[in-house]
Amino acid sequence: MKKNKLSEGLVEILLRISAGASVLAIIIITVFIFYKGIPLIAKVGIIDFLFNLKWVPTNGSFGIGAMVIGSLAVTFCSLVWSVPLGIMTAILMAEIAPPKLADVLARFVELLAGIPSVVYGFFGLIVIVPFIRNHLGGVGLSVLAGAIVLGIMILPTIINISRDAILAIPKEYKENSLALGATHYQSIFRVILPAASSGIITAIVLGLGRAIGETMAVLMVTGNAAVLPDSLLAPVRTMTSNIVLEMGYAAGDHQAALFATGTVLFIFIVILNLAVSISMKAGTENGN
Amino acid sequence: MFNRKKYFHYFILGSLLFMSLAVIGCGGSEKKDTANQGQSGELSGSITIAGSTSVQPFSEVLAEEFMTKYPGTEVNVQGGGSSQGVTAVVSKTADIGSVSRELKEEEKAENLKEYTLALDGIAIAVNPANKVEGLTLEQLKNIYLGNITNWSEVGGSDADITLVNREAGSGTRGAFEELVMGEDTISDKAIVQNSTGAVKTIIESDKNAIGYISLAVTDDKVKAVKIEGIEATADNIISGQYKIARPFIYITAEEPRGLAKAFIDYALSDEGQAIVVEEGAISKTLK
Repeated sequence: MKKNKLSEGLVEILLRISAGASVLAIIIITVFIFYKGIPLIAKVGIIDFLFNLKWVPTNGSFGIGAMVIGSLAVTFCSLVWSVPLGIMTAILMAEIAPPKLADVLARFVELLAGIPSVVYGFFGLIVIVPFIRNHLGGVGLSVLAGAIVLGIMILPTIINISRDAILAIPKEYKENSLALGATHYQSIFRVILPAASSGIITAIVLGLGRAIGETMAVLMVTGNAAVLPDSLLAPVRTMTSNIVLEMGYAAGDHQAALFATGTVLFIFIVILNLAVSISMKAGTENGN
Repeated sequence: MFNRKKYFHYFILGSLLFMSLAVIGCGGSEKKDTANQGQSGELSGSITIAGSTSVQPFSEVLAEEFMTKYPGTEVNVQGGGSSQGVTAVVSKTADIGSVSRELKEEEKAENLKEYTLALDGIAIAVNPANKVEGLTLEQLKNIYLGNITNWSEVGGSDADITLVNREAGSGTRGAFEELVMGEDTISDKAIVQNSTGAVKTIIESDKNAIGYISLAVTDDKVKAVKIEGIEATADNIISGQYKIARPFIYITAEEPRGLAKAFIDYALSDEGQAIVVEEGAISKTLK
């Protein structure tokens, strides 16, 4: 009995150490990013750093305005088409498709989620970019190419989480709606979707988070010119690609500016995470 | 039931213990001492070369041959970029740094020892389907300034130029800016790619693209245009006629000793230079 107690205690201590290590990792990373990035933001001025459109790091001009807009533009454009498509697919899988078909679809979506991002990027570069160049004009490497590739990449996130949200709606909702004389589609769009809305919003925000943080695929297909894009067919640089593009050779203030870009990105992601927990909380308060 | 639970606990306990031992074990083993030279002149130990990604493929082949020649030695080759090469040598994380441009003033202040491994030409590459055969330095500069935006202005067909640039800080870009742009900056409308391979991929697929890449990686999938009527060839670079060329330099923090010295000597020997030439760079000492 005593022996048992000893091992219990030992296990607990080890588990605590393991948990502590992961928390410590997060804290160290956060402190490091801010420690490296904040001095430069302070030096340049936060307004100038965030909104100045001129990025010539080797010449002392550190404005990531074009990249902030670039990140938002590519992310927004990808959401515009992938959110409706993702939610519709989720509805089909949860409500309409026979279980066997839904199962097959779920496997395909899983597969889509498992493809490494560099493969998406390569596909974009070899297939989507030349298609845009030949049929729509411009150089092909563009906001549009980024939006298409990113949209495909965030589809699994949106589909899976939306489907789970829809499946979590109690059967009675639908049964009551049907009993009151509503059609199947009326029940889906008027009763089930509104009830699942907080889960769907969570899906969208998580997709948004993935899109804004995605690096490799975007880097490969957007052309990375550090200017404001003037059309969907113009090249664009996102904050993530900015870091990866220039990290290898950067030194001094230039390197600090890349860390500062990371700091801004980090704050973006924290805000998104807060949004997710708020929308999830709203969901539980709604009685889900 | 009770027994099974007990065993499960022992299992968890055991695996956790094993894991922690493994971690302690990893922490305890320190990196072997670098650059040892035995009494009899036998070489052993390991060194690290870090820096320019343009020099990296050359260092890799040299390292391979060197290790075959002197078994028991280990030469690790890493990339990172020219500036990283200098930082790594100064901070002693690498024994030899590689740089693919002239050292900057502040870098020279670190009292580094420089050894010119080879020369490298920068080819101005266009798609093979492009009708333009040659450009003047002035035309090239104006293309990269964004003043010339259509191929018809330099004797080509009526099509917009797709300008391809490297990222800020790249050694190739540094060399290109210094050799072609002077004090002016490259148009920010240009597409930016962060490797020679990526630049080449775009030029291969876009028939209106122009970019600059190392002469060493130029092949028949892209076309190197003449600059001021001079073809981008090794002879023209050694003779100094072809203007867009740069050095590949090995640097060390102090007078190299032991394995580092042996490696640099090897790289600069006829044998090493022959490898460098075979890989596509231009030797100063060897044709």
